[in-house]
Amino acid sequence: MTDQSFAQLSNGLVYGAMTALALAMFAFAAELAFGTRSRVGRTVAALEPARESVLVGGAAATEGAVGSGAAADTAAAAQAGDPGDSGDGTLHEASPARQRRADQYGGIGLSLTVAAVGLLLVGIVCRGFAAGRAPWGNMYEFSVACAEVVLAVFLLVAWRRPALRYLGLFVVVPALLTLGLAVAVLYVPAGPLVPALRSYWLVIHVAAAIVSGAVFTVGGVVTLLYLLQERWERRGQVNALSRRLPDSESLDRTAYRLFAFVFPLWTFAIMAGAIWAENAWGKYWSWDPKETWALITWVVFACYLHARATAGWKGRGAALIALAGLSCFIFNYFGVNIWFSGLHSYGGLPNK
Amino acid sequence: MSVEPTEVGSVDVEPLESTTLSTQPEPVRMPTLTVRGWLRWAWRQLTSMRTALVLLFLLAVGAVPGSVFPQRGTAPGDVAAYLAQHPALGPWLDRLGMFDVFGSAWFSAVYILLFVSLTGCVVPRSLQHARAMRSRPPAAPRNLQRLPEHRAYVTAAGPDAVLVAAAEALRRGRWRVDVSDRISAVSAEKGYLRETGNLLFHLALIVLLGGIAVGALFGTHGSVIVVEGSTFANTVVGYDSFGAGRLAGTENLPPFSFTLTRFSATYQRGGPQDGAPRSFEADVLLKDDPSGPARPVKVQVNDPLTISGTKVFLIGHGYAPHVTVRDGQGRVVLSSAVPFLPRDGKFLSQGVIKVQDARPTQFGFRSVFLPTASIDPVLGGVSTFPAADDPELLLTLFKGDLGLDTGTAQSVYVLDTTNMAQVAGRAMRPGDTWTLPDHLGSITFDGVRQFAAFSVAHDPGQGAALAAALVALGGLMLSLFVRRRRVWVRATAQGDGRTLVAVGGLARAESGGLAAEVDDLLDRVRAAAPATSEEST
Repeated sequence: MTDQSFAQLSNGLVYGAMTALALAMFAFAAELAFGTRSRVGRTVAALEPARESVLVGGAAATEGAVGSGAAADTAAAAQAGDPGDSGDGTLHEASPARQRRADQYGGIGLSLTVAAVGLLLVGIVCRGFAAGRAPWGNMYEFSVACAEVVLAVFLLVAWRRPALRYLGLFVVVPALLTLGLAVAVLYVPAGPLVPALRSYWLVIHVAAAIVSGAVFTVGGVVTLLYLLQERWERRGQVNALSRRLPDSESLDRTAYRLFAFVFPLWTFAIMAGAIWAENAWGKYWSWDPKETWALITWVVFACYLHARATAGWKGRGAALIALAGLSCFIFNYFGVNIWFSGLHSYGGLPNK
Repeated sequence: MSVEPTEVGSVDVEPLESTTLSTQPEPVRMPTLTVRGWLRWAWRQLTSMRTALVLLFLLAVGAVPGSVFPQRGTAPGDVAAYLAQHPALGPWLDRLGMFDVFGSAWFSAVYILLFVSLTGCVVPRSLQHARAMRSRPPAAPRNLQRLPEHRAYVTAAGPDAVLVAAAEALRRGRWRVDVSDRISAVSAEKGYLRETGNLLFHLALIVLLGGIAVGALFGTHGSVIVVEGSTFANTVVGYDSFGAGRLAGTENLPPFSFTLTRFSATYQRGGPQDGAPRSFEADVLLKDDPSGPARPVKVQVNDPLTISGTKVFLIGHGYAPHVTVRDGQGRVVLSSAVPFLPRDGKFLSQGVIKVQDARPTQFGFRSVFLPTASIDPVLGGVSTFPAADDPELLLTLFKGDLGLDTGTAQSVYVLDTTNMAQVAGRAMRPGDTWTLPDHLGSITFDGVRQFAAFSVAHDPGQGAALAAALVALGGLMLSLFVRRRRVWVRATAQGDGRTLVAVGGLARAESGGLAAEVDDLLDRVRAAAPATSEEST
C-alpha cells in the first residue's frame, strides 16, 4: 500500500468511528430515556422507597396509593415515549421488558463504543504508516488520538466499575465533538514533520500529553456528574440519571483516582517537554505560552489535590478546582494555539 | 505546606495521623499575644495548608498575564511595539511588571512565600515522619468489628499460636509488626512510603528551585548568526546578543570557535505541504581551542553540539545575499554577505545594506530578497518557494547621512532615513551590476549564501534541576499510589478452649485493596490455625 492509500484508509476509518460513535450516542441516550430502573436504580429504590415519590416527575404519587402510582408510572412512560410497556401497577418493580430493552440499548452503546475505539485505533495506526512517523504531530492527529484515549479510558473505567458505564453518553459526546472538530477544522493531509518536531521526544512528550488530556477529560466528566449528583442528593431529588449513577461519594472517589493517576503523568509530560526544549532550544524553560499554561494547569491540579486534604474545600470546592484545571488544559490546547504565538506553533523553526 | 491528597476515612476510631501537625493553625487566642506570640501565629498561618492553597492559586493566576502580554525576556521587540500601540495603558502595565511577569517583584513574592510555606511545613513533617518510622504501630482498638474491614472466626488453636502465625504472615508481607500488645493482639502497619514520597516530592521541589536559581545566577546564554564561510569565536563580543547570570564569569568562556562551512536545507517539493522544511544541517569546522586541530561536525535541529558543558544549538537559518559595492570614486567599499531576516514561510527576507565608507556621499539600500521570485498582482514581489531556485534582490536606494556617526546604536536591520532621500529602485539577479544614479557608485549582486542562527547556552544548574525533577516525580507517584493502612489480629481465648480470631483493617483512603489484604491475611492465619467446623462470621 502506498502512503496515499494508507492516508485515505485512515480518513475512512475515522469517519467510520464517528458514525459508530454517533449511533452509540443515540443508544446511550435511549438507555437513559427508555430505561426504567437499572439494577443499581432498583437497589436504591428498594433501600429508599420514600424517594420514589419524587422520582415520578413530581406527580405527587404517594406510596400505597396504587391508582395514582400507576397513573404516574404511565405518565412517566408516556413521557419517555414508550407507552406500550407500562401499567404493571406497582411503583417499585420495573417492568422486566422495559428493563431488558434499556439494558439492550446500553449494551448496544457499549458495543458501538468498542467498535469505534477499534476503528479509530486502526485509523491512527494507518495515519502513522501514511506519514511514516508517530501519528500525533499536529492538532488533527492530537485531537483524534485524544478522543481515542478518552473512549478507551471510559471503557476501562466501565469495565472495572460497571456502574460507571452510565457515563457513556457524557463521554461519547465530547469525544464526538473533538473528532468533528478534528476532521472539519483541524484536518491536514498526512505528511512528514518539520525538522523541529523530528525527535523521539515528540513520541514521549506528546503521547504523555495525549493520555493526560484524555484522563483529565474523563475525570472532568465524572466530576461534573459528581456535582450534579451531589446537588440532587442534597435536595433529595431523584431522576432518570441520578438513579443510575453511583452515589456522589463514589463518583468523587472515581474522579479523584483518575486525577491522582494522571497528575504524575502530566508532571512527566511537562518534564519531558522541558528536556526536549533543552535539547532543541538550549533552555529547558522559556515561559512560552504553552509552557506557562501547562504549568498553570499543573498548579491548578496541585491545588485540587491539596484542596481534597483541606477541610472546607473537599467535595464541591475541590470538584470546581478540578473543572478549572480541565478548562486550563483545554484552553492550553485550543486557546494558546489560536491566540498566542510561541515556540509551540507546530510550524517551522522559531522565528528569530 | 502540608500535602496529603487523600480523604481521611470517616471512621470513628482514632485517626491515623496525629491531628496536631505543625501545619495546622492553632486555635487563635486573641487577648494575650506577645510579639513572639504574634510571630508564632504568623508562622503558623503562613505554613498552613489554606495559605499554601491560596499561594498556589495566586501562582497560577499570576502566570496568566505572562502568557497574554509580550515578555521582555523572550520578545523585547513585541514589548516595544505594544508600548507604542498603547501609549496610555502600556506604561501602567509596565509599572505593574506585566512585561516581565516572571521576574517581577510580586510574582517572586508569591513563589518565595510559597516555598517558605512549603519548607516550614515539610521540615517539621519530615522530623515527625522520621519519628513515626521508628515508633511502634498503634495498639489494636478495643472493638475490631467497628473497623471498615473486619473478619472473625473460631479456631481450636491457642491464642499464642494464632498470634505467632499472624505475626509471621505479616512480617513475610513486609508489614511493620508489633506483637508486644497488652491485649493479646498483633498490630501492623504498611505504606510509610506514602509520606516518604510526599516529603521527598516537596523537598525535591526546593532543590529544583535551587537548580533554577543556580542556572539563573551562573548560566550564560547567547545567540549568533553565522554566514557560510565565516567563523564564530566564543567570546562575549562574538555574539549578536548575550546574557549572563549575575555571578557568571564572562571573561573565561570556553575558548572554542567554529566555521560554518555549509548550511543545507531541504524542502518538500509539490503536494499539499509544498515548501514545508524537511531537513536542516549545518556543517561546521570546530576548534576546541584556538591552537587545537579543527574537526568537521554536523549540527542539526534537536541535535546540539556539546563542548565542555556548553551547548550549541541550531535554531534558525536564512539568506545572506553577497554584494560588492563601489563608491563614486570607484573604490570597493563593501564586499560581503549581508544576513536578511526571513519574513514568511517561503523565506521572503528583508534586510538593509549600509554603505558607510562611500565617498563623496553615504548611501544605503532597503532591500527584499526573494529566493524563488514571482510577481503577485496584488502583493508585488513574492517568493513562491523557500529554496533559492530563482533568487531576486529588490533594492531601494537612499542617499544621505546614514546617521552612524552620531554614536547612537543602530539595528543592522533598520535604515534610518531621517536624513536620507529615496533615489531609485531596481530588481537584480545574481551577477547583475547596477550603476547607481547621481554618480553614487555601483552595486553588484554576486550571489547568495545562507546563514545559520545558533544559540549557545551554558546552564550549570541543569543537572541538579533534572535530578530534582526526577526525584519529585518518583516521590509524587509514591505519595499518590501507596496507601497507608493498618491491620490488627486479636486472639481471645473463649471459655470452651477454643479461640476467637478477629482481624480488622483500616486504610486512610478508600479500602478497595484493603479488603483483599485482610482476606489474604485471614487465609494465612487460618492455614496455621484452622477454623472449627461450624462457622466464620
